[in-house]
Amino acid sequence: MRIEPVDAVSWRATLGYPALAILATLAFAGVLVMLAGANPFAVFGLVLKGAFGSQFAFLETLTRATPLIFTGLAVAVAFRAKLWNIGAEAQLYIGGVVTVVLGTGALPWAGFALKPAIIVAVMMAGALVLLVPTLLKSRFGVDEVVTTLLLNFIVLLFVSMLLEGVLKNPMGMGWPQSRRVIEAASLPKILQGKRLHYGFVLALVAAISVWFVMARTTLGYEMRAVGHNPQAARFAGIRVNLVLVKTALLSGGLAALAGFSEVAGLKGNLSLDLSPGYGYTGIVVAMLAMLHPLGVIAAAIFVAGIFVGADSMSRAARVPSYIADVTVATALLTMVAAILLTRYRIRWR
Amino acid sequence: MATAPQIGAGATTVLRLDKITKRFGPLLANDAISFALGAGEVVALLGENGAGKTTLMNILFGHYLADDGVVEAFGRALPPGDPRATLAAGIGMVHQHFTLADNLSVLDNIALGTQPLFSARFDAAKARTRIAELSRSFGLEVDPQARVADLTVGEKQRVEILKALYRDARILILDEPTAVLSPLETDSLFQTLEKLVEQGLSIIFISHKLGEVMRISNRVLVLRGGRLVGERQTASATREELAELMIGGTLTGPGKHSVQQGAVALDLRAIHTRASGDKRALEGVDLQLRAGEIFGIAGVSGNGQASLAALISGMIAQDGGDLIIAGESPRGWSPREALRQGIGRIPEDRHHEGTLGDMSVAENVISERYGEQPYSRWGVIDWRAAVNFAKKLIGEYDVKCPSPAARIRLLSGGNMQKLILGRVLDGRPRIVLANQPTRGLDVGAVAYVHSRLLKACEEGAAILLISEDLDEVLALADRIGVMSKGRLSEPFRRGEKSLAEIGALMAGHGFAEGEGAHAH
Repeated sequence: MRIEPVDAVSWRATLGYPALAILATLAFAGVLVMLAGANPFAVFGLVLKGAFGSQFAFLETLTRATPLIFTGLAVAVAFRAKLWNIGAEAQLYIGGVVTVVLGTGALPWAGFALKPAIIVAVMMAGALVLLVPTLLKSRFGVDEVVTTLLLNFIVLLFVSMLLEGVLKNPMGMGWPQSRRVIEAASLPKILQGKRLHYGFVLALVAAISVWFVMARTTLGYEMRAVGHNPQAARFAGIRVNLVLVKTALLSGGLAALAGFSEVAGLKGNLSLDLSPGYGYTGIVVAMLAMLHPLGVIAAAIFVAGIFVGADSMSRAARVPSYIADVTVATALLTMVAAILLTRYRIRWR
Repeated sequence: MATAPQIGAGATTVLRLDKITKRFGPLLANDAISFALGAGEVVALLGENGAGKTTLMNILFGHYLADDGVVEAFGRALPPGDPRATLAAGIGMVHQHFTLADNLSVLDNIALGTQPLFSARFDAAKARTRIAELSRSFGLEVDPQARVADLTVGEKQRVEILKALYRDARILILDEPTAVLSPLETDSLFQTLEKLVEQGLSIIFISHKLGEVMRISNRVLVLRGGRLVGERQTASATREELAELMIGGTLTGPGKHSVQQGAVALDLRAIHTRASGDKRALEGVDLQLRAGEIFGIAGVSGNGQASLAALISGMIAQDGGDLIIAGESPRGWSPREALRQGIGRIPEDRHHEGTLGDMSVAENVISERYGEQPYSRWGVIDWRAAVNFAKKLIGEYDVKCPSPAARIRLLSGGNMQKLILGRVLDGRPRIVLANQPTRGLDVGAVAYVHSRLLKACEEGAAILLISEDLDEVLALADRIGVMSKGRLSEPFRRGEKSLAEIGALMAGHGFAEGEGAHAH
């Protein structure tokens, strides 16, 4: 068996294989649902209804998609330059920390000044978290997959320490959580009385900006060149290490915005359950989007829809909501296979 | 030496190819090719890159399945698509890129694959005797205990030939065997081939070098565009005739220029570099390259050319000595600085250094200037300007390319090289580094690259041509230096030294005794 690149990637393959991947995922999930003793079509119907079937469901899906858009963008940007940032989770939490440090009354500014200031500080902090592994990579050749992954646990323990210590809310009845952010630092809701907040708009703006950077700027060109062929990029006069540092700053900053958006828009304070793994799910989102910044929006809504829909389905159909995790993981695998099949063909002899 | 043995005609046929046809999509790689090989005959397969030589041999060897046609060896049809059967039928192949395990001994390499997979015993003594016998009778001297990694290129090739003979090959196919050899090693290879033919072996010699084909073969088959376009007895053929058949038209040689040579553009003084990876160290290289001249660096590959090219490209910095451009030593030597100093670089490796394979033609042509106007302004790229530049180069440099949006990986080697040439020369560089600029290109593309380099030289650029093809250096260069073991010989004018003298320099003789002389 041999795998060889195809000469020209056809449109039919580009659309066909991912569609096939989704079908295969549904088929596999369907078998699992049957094993759980339910009718797969009824369950899929319930998931769909739970995710998109009402205004409430749809808004809930968009709310859940918001942090995934940020982390998905962070991963997409880094992976384009072949900087394997597995640490979006850590950058997200650092974003949350900076938000509560500056947003709980330390800066008594008006909203129009405070929010941008917090955003800048959050992005710088997230950038710094990814900068360390990136410099270790470019200086000493340390594998950033390992360092960024392990930093997740270090940062989580660090946040835990802060929440038990200096950041602990004295009025929090002993729970390890921070004080609430003040009005001027919060992101308002888009619709009165609903959970969807302006973090979602910020995420859309971020996606469009990242798309512009990647497609139209010299920085995006450098990042793609370094990702495709660092040797040729260096030969052409591109300062590869500098590009990796810039990539890290952008990626870390984007992931940290997820933390800001969750704290300032949704939760109101920082606690250790700020993220149920949005940093990791961001990898799935970026891969499903084939690293395209605008595709990240759709992929994030798709993944969020599965989780939100599965939650509501499991209440109605008594199928465990873990089916959502399995489905998302399967979607990742089939999509990776689909990407491979659009670019390569398999010869059996 | 080198009167080819005249046995071929009328001898028994050992190999017959009948109407071999192979298509790759729309491309007809082999179009009903038929020929026969006689016992004790040397047939040269001559053709440009892409003419279908390699495809034909891959079919013969069972790596590809032919769409149509039959291969017959010693009167029996070979089962298609079965390399083992081909080996068993007594056909051996020496590939252009050796298929040896570097970490094993010569003995192990030769015996590899001749033993059953799970045999308990391996009679090394018997194998050694056999190899010694073969080495002696064919002049293929090589130490069976040596590690292959420690051998020279010529010795590795001998191991490849021994490997085939050890398996009782009666037909030997050699794919571009002289591409990696020095003139001396080539002579010794040809002597071996003559001995093989005396023993009744038949040889298919694949090449695009006319001189060697004329020298070694009895008969020449010319392939062009997948078709067999001519067959000549070598004795009655002329070089011109074969060249015309090969390219399908006449070719004008490079018109030699006569330009006043200008100031020293690039001055290397006692340059030392450390060895790194597969790059040999430079041990005291002195070189003065003048505007309006082509300075040719000849030599067998792996003697420091890669380090010299990497240094001038900016990919590495010297560890000792001075690099001076137009009278000044640049600070912070890097590819970017090299570009800023007006050095245009044609890299040896088009795929790993020259192009970003999965990016488009337009993205590739601006890779060295994306940060300048008109290609970008305030960090925003103007893709229309990039596409226009790509279109301009495609037109001016006669590149066959579907569109500026096509991935550059899809272009043929020649077209890729033309684009790189355009990218380099369009910026009117003061210094041009052309490292193996025509390797792997067909004759038409070679002539084109040569004419463009000469034109740039006439316009006043200083050109450093590094090439393993001595003919190329002799055809283009005004002055020549030979590299051997990390050192560069005293430069000499073209025509000042005989081929034998140059060959001796390439083999490392005749260098001034210096600090580099102790290097092995």
